Order: sequence, then C-alpha cells, then structure tokens
Amino acid sequence: MRHVISILMENEAGALSRVAGLFSARGYNIESLTVAPTDDATLSRLTVVTRGSEEIVEQIIKQLNKLIDVVKVMDLAQYAHIEREIMFVKVAVDKHVACEAVKRLSDIFRGNIIDVSEKTYTIELTGDRSKLDAFVNALKDYRIIEVVRSGGMGIARGEASLHV
Amino acid sequence: MELTGAEIFVECLKEEGVDTIFGYPGGAVLFLYDELYKQHDKINHILVRHEQGAVHAAEGYAKATNRPGVALVTSGPGATNAVTGIADAYMDSVPMVVFTGQVPRHLIGNDAFQEVDIVGITRPCVKHNFLVTDVKELATTIKKAFYIASTGRPGPVLVDIPKDITTARCEFHYPKEITMRSYNPTVKGNKRQVRRAIDLMLEAKKPVLYTGGGVVLSGAAHQLTELTRELGFPITNTLMGLGGFPSMDKQFIGMLGMHGTYEANNTMHHADLVIAIGARFDDRVTGNIEKFCPYAKIIHVDIDPASISKNVKVDVPIVGDVKSVIIDMLEEYRSRAERPDAAALADWWKQIAEWRGADCLKYNQDMNAAIKAQFVVQKFWEATNGDAYVCSDVGQHQMWAAQYYRFSQPNRWINSGGLGTMGFGLPAAMGVQMAFPEETVGCITGDGSIQMCIQELATCLQYHLPIKIISLNNGYLGMVRQWQEFFYQKRYAMSYMEALPDFVKLAEAYGHVGMRIEQASDVEGALKEALAMKDRLVFMDFITERENNVFPMVPAGAGQNEMILV
Repeated sequence: MRHVISILMENEAGALSRVAGLFSARGYNIESLTVAPTDDATLSRLTVVTRGSEEIVEQIIKQLNKLIDVVKVMDLAQYAHIEREIMFVKVAVDKHVACEAVKRLSDIFRGNIIDVSEKTYTIELTGDRSKLDAFVNALKDYRIIEVVRSGGMGIARGEASLHV
Repeated sequence: MELTGAEIFVECLKEEGVDTIFGYPGGAVLFLYDELYKQHDKINHILVRHEQGAVHAAEGYAKATNRPGVALVTSGPGATNAVTGIADAYMDSVPMVVFTGQVPRHLIGNDAFQEVDIVGITRPCVKHNFLVTDVKELATTIKKAFYIASTGRPGPVLVDIPKDITTARCEFHYPKEITMRSYNPTVKGNKRQVRRAIDLMLEAKKPVLYTGGGVVLSGAAHQLTELTRELGFPITNTLMGLGGFPSMDKQFIGMLGMHGTYEANNTMHHADLVIAIGARFDDRVTGNIEKFCPYAKIIHVDIDPASISKNVKVDVPIVGDVKSVIIDMLEEYRSRAERPDAAALADWWKQIAEWRGADCLKYNQDMNAAIKAQFVVQKFWEATNGDAYVCSDVGQHQMWAAQYYRFSQPNRWINSGGLGTMGFGLPAAMGVQMAFPEETVGCITGDGSIQMCIQELATCLQYHLPIKIISLNNGYLGMVRQWQEFFYQKRYAMSYMEALPDFVKLAEAYGHVGMRIEQASDVEGALKEALAMKDRLVFMDFITERENNVFPMVPAGAGQNEMILV
C-alpha cells in the first residue's frame, strides 16, 4: 500500500542523507521525497511517499524514529489528509490549434500557463498524483518537452498535526 | 580562559571520566596527540598497531566494563581502517565514541591529502556521527556523543574533527547535561504491557525465557536471575547473552540457535510462551522464520522499538530498558496471588530433561588421538574456575568457546556477534586487560582469525598485557571448511591456509612466550603453566583435529527443531 510519511527533523547538514540512506540500506522504496525548512528555521519537514506492507511501513517509521536528527514522524495514511504535488509541463505548441487546445486542457485541469514562447507553453498544475498523471495523459496528442514534478507532500485534515 | 580545540578535547575526555583511549597518530590529529602527551598523567593512551585494533580494543574495554570505549584515529586511511570496528560495535550495540581527524576545513571537499568523507562512509554503521565545524561546538558535540553512545540502545558515535579546529581557541564550557528534543529513549516499560506479560506467564504451560546481549548491556543479569528463579522457567541465552544467567544453573538449558543445544532449540520450538528479553531474533537464532516458535505467544522486551516485530510478530511488546522492565515484572509478579501452573511446568521440565538426555555437546577425547578443540576449551574453563574474561575471534573456535566455557557472570564473554569480525579477539582482549589488569584474560582464536590483527602482539608487549592466547589451530578456516563439507561437497575452496607461520616463533619474535601443544595429555599442563605466568603474554598454539565440526547445528534455512546432532 502507498503511504505518505511526514517527518520533522533537525535542519542540519547530512540529515537528508541519513533518511535517504536508511531507505536504500534497508531496501525500502522511495517513490518521492520532498524537503524544505518549516516556519521554524531549525526544523525541516520531509515528505516521503513509499509503498510497502503494514509491517514494512511500521518498520520504516520505527527506523526513522531511531535517527537522532528525526524529531517526529507521522504516517498520513492513518489520518484523513490532503496530498498535493506541483508539476510544470512544457509542451510544444507550434500550431495555432495546439495553442487553443492546450490552453483549454490546462483550464479544465485548473492549470496556469506560466510561461509562453513562440513554440512552447509551460503549464503549472497542482493536485494529487492521479490528477497530474491524468493531465500528462491528456496531453499525449502533443509533444511534451519537459515535465518536472515536485513529489508529493501532505498534511492531515482538521486537528491532527505534526509539530514540536 | 580560552583553550585550543586540542585542549578542549582532552578536558572533555576528563569530564567524561575517560581514563583510557586507544589510537594511532597521524597528520590530522597531531595537535590532539601533542595535548595528550602533555597530559599523559590524566589519560592513558594505548598505541595500537592498526586502527581496526584500536576500535576493537575500545569495544573490548566497553563490553567488559559497560562504560563507553574511546578510540582516536587520524583522517583518511586512519578513519577507513576504523570502519570495520565501528560496524562491529554498531551490530553489537557497544557504547563507543570514535574520534577521527579531518583535514582543515578549507581543504574539505578538495580531495586533500588523507581526506575522506568519514561521516558519509560511516553513516549506515554508527548510531550517530558529527563533523565539528566550529570550535565553539566542540565541547557540546563531545558531550552529545557520549550521551548518545551510552544511553538507549548503546552504539558507536563518531566525531570528525578538522585539524584547524584543534588549534582554534574558545572559552571552554562543558555542559552538565544535555537535552535533545529529537532523542529521548524510553527507559520505563509500559505498565499495562508488563501486566499482560505476567498474565501470560501465569497461564503458560510451556514457557521459556530467551535472553540476549541486552541483559548484559543494561546490567540486568542479577534481576534476570531472580526473575527466572522465581518463575521456575527454563532459560536460554543467545551468543551475546551468555553469562546473563549462570550457565551452571539447572534452569539453564544452554545457548540457542544455529549452534545452540538440542534442548534449547527444542524448548523454543515447542514452547507456548517465549519471553524474549534484550534479544533481537537474529537469523542465527531463529533459523527459518516461517518455522520459528510455531506454538508460542511472544513477549518481547527491548529498548529499541525498531527491534520489536522486525523479524517476528510479537504479542506483547515492551519498549524499555531491560533492567527497569525486569524490576517492574518482578514487582508485578510478586504482587499476584497466583503462581505458574506447577503440574504443567513439571511436565515441561520432564520433556526438557528428555531432550537434555541427548547430551548434544558430548565428545570423546581419545588421549592418544589428535586434540579436540572442545577439550581445550573445557580444560581452560576448569583451569580458570570459569572466572576468566574470555574474548574470542570468529569461527568454529568461537562456537566451541561459547559451548564449552560455562560463563557464570555477565561481561565476561567478549565476542563479535552481529558482524562476526575475524581479527576481533586479540585487540578486544587488550581492551579488557587494560580495564582489568589483574584479571585473567583469554583470547580463544583460530589460525585464520588471529592473523587478521596479529600485529597487535606488539601492542601487548609495549603495555605488558599478559593475555593468554589459545589458538585452536586446525590449519583451516574451520567454519568455512565445515560449510564446504556440508553444503559444497567438500570442495575446500580457499579454506585451507597452506602456509601457516610458526606461531611459537612468531610469538617469540614479538617478545612473548610461545608454546606448541600437540598431545591431548599436554593440554591441561600447558594451560596451567601459561596461567601461572602472570606477567607475560603466552601464545598457546594447540594443534587440533583438522576436520572437527561444530555440533549440534541448525543448517541455514531449517527450523529450530531440525538439528544435525553429530
């Protein structure tokens, strides 16, 4: 099963590689990983999207908690939660028809065209993974030049929260 | 007053009560060594002959004393040579702080002479590691290192110190205490789980205690013995747990696992309740996990939550310090009116006695035939009244040491369990002997293992360490050969050493006493003679039966009840 694991850790050199190293050393899978400092500059928040049986995810969380830099871990699969990922897609639009069609598709998916050149549109899209997949799929009639995805991040709904 | 980084380093060690460190100098740590030289009356530095030896010696010191071992090595090759020992300490949860020198800060990342990213290299095999980037952080970092190394599940912590930090100056202030928001090991076990555990113990018909190195590490041998005696249950120790319960006690059913006793493994297999304490269900214990303890409910006490339900699903998990949890268990048990089912226990013991009847550790020493390794270990045990510190290397001799030296106290059995590091024995024995200069320290080794750190014989001479080396020399990498005999149709690929040195001359060349023992009838005499030489190292090279095997054996992949007896 797919799990979104949120981690609060000390914002220190090498902390990210401890997390990444743990996954590779123990043979766990990282589907995506995002990381950035939080409002508290001493803390970083990581979101790891991973897959595994309940036993494996339990072990992943325990092993993460063992890392000295890790302050708190939360498996968002245990909570109602919101997931988002951001994506940029650069599409070739050398014909007028394509411009129209790509603009329309982007609107349908509530994307924003954030850059335009003579031959390209660059669209920004936010959503959960399946929405982004669907958009890439919908663009299959056009030539996609570049796709950049941030990897998923998530937050629990309501009162549940991950903080120090 | 402002101190240099090197002065701060030594002050910190003093604050931590460190009296002995093991190390090897080099360019990046010269200021540290200069300071150690000036303050040699405060801290005893032992010069080893290879950095791996320094770390193993620190491990031996830690395993015998339960205090953190300390090693100091230089950057680059010094640091990489230490990695095996660090990994060893990590696997066996040894409290240890390793200091590595690093090139000056402005050269880091430039492929400077003797530069290596040791923090990166050791990340997967340390409990934690630090690169000190500011002299103002040095003292706090060292405080944290000792705190992390010795609390919770102990382990090695590495502190990498760039050379220019050792000359930079700042005010010295050693923090009295450290609090880390991200590191708060659970010591106290959950009360409700302790009650559930006692409920299960009172219901059990076929219980067994399965206890490991955690008992020794947490200093809980006494409490474990009390609990076991009050319950009246059979108890088995892992390789790491030997001495956690007196092995001559009638409730002790021997070590379990791959080379455990027939009675211990069968007791585990047929048990309806397994009380695992400070043991981690290593594959050398469980054999085939699918076939492991099929009838048992499992209680697991461990300070490391990640060890619980890692390999085996448990029914009652108790996260906490083993000693604290056993004390709580005793209190809870004593508060109850009920006692374990005496009739069921009597039947259980009857069954265990039958398994014991197989006498799985029997061997026959024909006094006119080649010396059996088992016989040497047994005679060493008798000659030392079971009271020596016994270090071992890794291989057949290690298993024979575990089987035939009957440990009656904790911290006396010093071996490399998790990583299985050949070359561990001699340097570890040095560490033990430094900690306990007056005690008998034996190193049971093999002709293969001893050669992996044999240069430490020089260290032993320099510091007058009267270690008793018991080499069980069969001319083979014995355990490799045993597996090749069983599983590779006797194709002895590279397990035959062919060009062994003359160990007697070698010992003499290093300034020690060497003995070669080839007759079974000479074994006892030689051991006594060697033990009588209180002031010297004696290298006893026992020429043993060449193709002797360790039995009983659970072949890898088999169930615990599927043992090869002979």
